[in-house]
Amino acid sequence: MLAAVAPILAQIAPGGFQGPPVNWVAFSPEVVLTATLVVVVLVDVFTERYDKGAINTLAGIGVLLSLLFVGVVVVTANNSESMFGGAYVVDNFALIMKALFLLSGYVVILISTNYIGEGDYWEGEYYQLILASVLGMLVMASARDLISIFIALELLSIPAYMLAAWRKRDLKSDEAGMKYYLMGVFATAVMLYGMSLLYGLTGDTLLTKINAAISTGTKPPAILILAVIFVLVGFGFKVSAVPFHTWAPDTYEGAPTPVTAFLAVASKAAGFVALMNLVFIGFLGRADIVQPLMWALSALTMTVGNLIALRQTNVVRMFAYSGVAQAGYMLAPLAVAGSSGTDPNVAVRSIVTYLLIYAAMNLGAFAVVIALARKTRSAEITSMSGAFHYAPGLAWCLTIFLTSLAGIPPFGGWFAKFSIFQALFTAATPAGYTLAVLLVVNSVIAAFYYMRVVRVMAFEPADDVDMTPVKVPSSLLVAMGITVVVTVLTGVVPAIVSQFASSASLVGFGG
Amino acid sequence: MLINAYLLLAAVLFCIGVYGVLARRNGVLVLMSIELILNSVNINLVAFGAWWGAQQPCGAAQGCAATIGPVFALFVITVAAAEVGVGLALVLMLYRNFKSIDIDQVDSMKG
Repeated sequence: MLAAVAPILAQIAPGGFQGPPVNWVAFSPEVVLTATLVVVVLVDVFTERYDKGAINTLAGIGVLLSLLFVGVVVVTANNSESMFGGAYVVDNFALIMKALFLLSGYVVILISTNYIGEGDYWEGEYYQLILASVLGMLVMASARDLISIFIALELLSIPAYMLAAWRKRDLKSDEAGMKYYLMGVFATAVMLYGMSLLYGLTGDTLLTKINAAISTGTKPPAILILAVIFVLVGFGFKVSAVPFHTWAPDTYEGAPTPVTAFLAVASKAAGFVALMNLVFIGFLGRADIVQPLMWALSALTMTVGNLIALRQTNVVRMFAYSGVAQAGYMLAPLAVAGSSGTDPNVAVRSIVTYLLIYAAMNLGAFAVVIALARKTRSAEITSMSGAFHYAPGLAWCLTIFLTSLAGIPPFGGWFAKFSIFQALFTAATPAGYTLAVLLVVNSVIAAFYYMRVVRVMAFEPADDVDMTPVKVPSSLLVAMGITVVVTVLTGVVPAIVSQFASSASLVGFGG
Repeated sequence: MLINAYLLLAAVLFCIGVYGVLARRNGVLVLMSIELILNSVNINLVAFGAWWGAQQPCGAAQGCAATIGPVFALFVITVAAAEVGVGLALVLMLYRNFKSIDIDQVDSMKG
């Protein structure tokens, strides 16, 4: 066998094949997560169907261990590594995003524990797919090459398609999975067509090389405009930007609620990481294409998302549209990316800050919704009436998260919005100012529907006389504890999050 | 080397695929249309690879412009297989629950 291959090898690689040098310390979070995945698969194979309790714990420990190794990478000063010819970069930005993905992955595992354990939901496979998807996100944070971005996107999306359809005998879950799958693959296919054109135009797939090749000339050729738009639109779908948001509400409503939390937070953050890599490294020199596109996407996304959220009666659907609107806020700094005379890293940091705070408050809100639904068995807003009387703790938690999402101090949300404003005003362009005005108007609209939920919980009497308190399982309590602490701390002491975010920079590094 | 013909073929395939995704109601045919788009991407990548090979001959250096295209195409083919595997599973699930693979009837949630 080897003898037959040898002449071919000698032809393609004279002097023998040399593997690329790999820094395994910088790679350790991914390695640990992959090992966890393998262990979970093995444990799943060798346990009986009714005895899958250990898998949840194992998955959680593996994710935390991987998070520990993110710390090890920083401590051992391996946080400026460029591997595989610049295609895979481990820098502060990548590490912060990896920590975010792992933490939100852990919280999702926590809020899944009882939901998946109590329903007949194929526990073993569920956690395998969650781990695989988180692994894809870790790769996405480091990917600085079209091929690795594509692989990371598929690794994180394909498990998510299956997770959305997890309750496979439930027609709504089928619909959720089918819609997510069809829209997802279609967007990926269009994105790939754009990538193939980019490769044809530049002869390379490394983002830095692409930027160098397309930045020349005052007027971009039409084919380049098409390629950039196709690629960015592919990720516009992932972050549910209007007009590519149509899958989001249906998928969020139909999918199991912990999966919805995963899609709304981790998957969306991964989309933003890819968008940031592309816009700030790959297309930075072509602000004339990116800025108008992102301006339109951002303005449309926040306005349409908020206006439709106003008339939702299902709380998960409301969060879906609120998530669409929040994506619009996060797209805003991309609309001023690459303005001359400003440091693009200000925009990068504002999005990183927003993502960190958004993850905490949104995951927390979903945790409370899941806990309340254990009693009410419903996700309608009206079903939450009287929650302050029978579950004051949960109701206060949800109030904190909703206040934070609305951007009202002292909770984290205000600082997230503040950093977006900062980025928009630093750019000092008409596009930036108009988006800032739109953002203010939208925040007011959003506050209205967030506060409506609080009003229903506080002032409307409960439908039934059953005032027994809601029993909250310990895993959900831990999840809510983590998210409440992060949401409150980031609002009261924003220095914590700005400290992390200020070390993130994309421009000027990346091999 | 002239690659117009290949690019035109890819563009036509891409358009047929997009039309198929938007207009077809049969789940399996939608999957086939997506495959058409992915294959148009592959044609593009391989054609551009050959074109770059004619522009900048590779020599002994690793990772030159001409090799990236075919390698990218291999990745696309592999991942497309995985993607369609999941897609067919979803269509099968749809058939079991709805006794049909018409994707237009899977539309109970609105608003």
